[in-house]
Amino acid sequence: MHHDMGGQPAGPVNTAAHEIEPWEKRIEAILRCMQLRDPPIVTVDELRRGIEELPPKLYDSLSYYERWIASLTNIMVEKDVLSRAEVEARMAKIKAARAKEAA
Amino acid sequence: MSWGEGIASRFKPGDKVHVAERYPAKGHFRTPFYIRGKTGVVERICGQYHNPEELAFGKYDGPEKVLYRVRFDQKQVWPDYHGHSADKVEIEIFEHWLEPAK
Repeated sequence: MHHDMGGQPAGPVNTAAHEIEPWEKRIEAILRCMQLRDPPIVTVDELRRGIEELPPKLYDSLSYYERWIASLTNIMVEKDVLSRAEVEARMAKIKAARAKEAA
Repeated sequence: MSWGEGIASRFKPGDKVHVAERYPAKGHFRTPFYIRGKTGVVERICGQYHNPEELAFGKYDGPEKVLYRVRFDQKQVWPDYHGHSADKVEIEIFEHWLEPAK
């Protein structure tokens, strides 16, 4: 499977410290809130499975937390917590508000 | 208290175990590809936990599985390994992926 890369040639690892963006921290927090509900809305195992199910090309093109977003979105749709239309409508709303702000 | 106390496990520390050579096309597995088919020694029993293979698909109440830490010789895992001959790699593997080594 594409994600199971242990032992494959990969080149040097970048060990430099990097900034965590506010949106990345928010994704991290959202996952914890979902996990810590009783019963949980999602488990880390589901998150990982969702990441592993991303097509290899998409997997490679996304950053670490972008993969989380893709996986969590797919799992929320799969579990009928959210519909894809709801997610898309919310994204369009935020995008419009940002465009207005920038204008 | 020692690790694994009171756990009914198929293997005990020191047992030689073989990692199953299974390659299911779909699902979520915590046994990395590179260790399947290799032989190691049980280092400790880590406890028993719900099976990630079920948790990954929203089944949160399945039976718990015993988790082992298994120690492998790096030289056996990687035929072209250039490090020290005594180097080891330890991997946590669930019981249903392990078989007694011949």
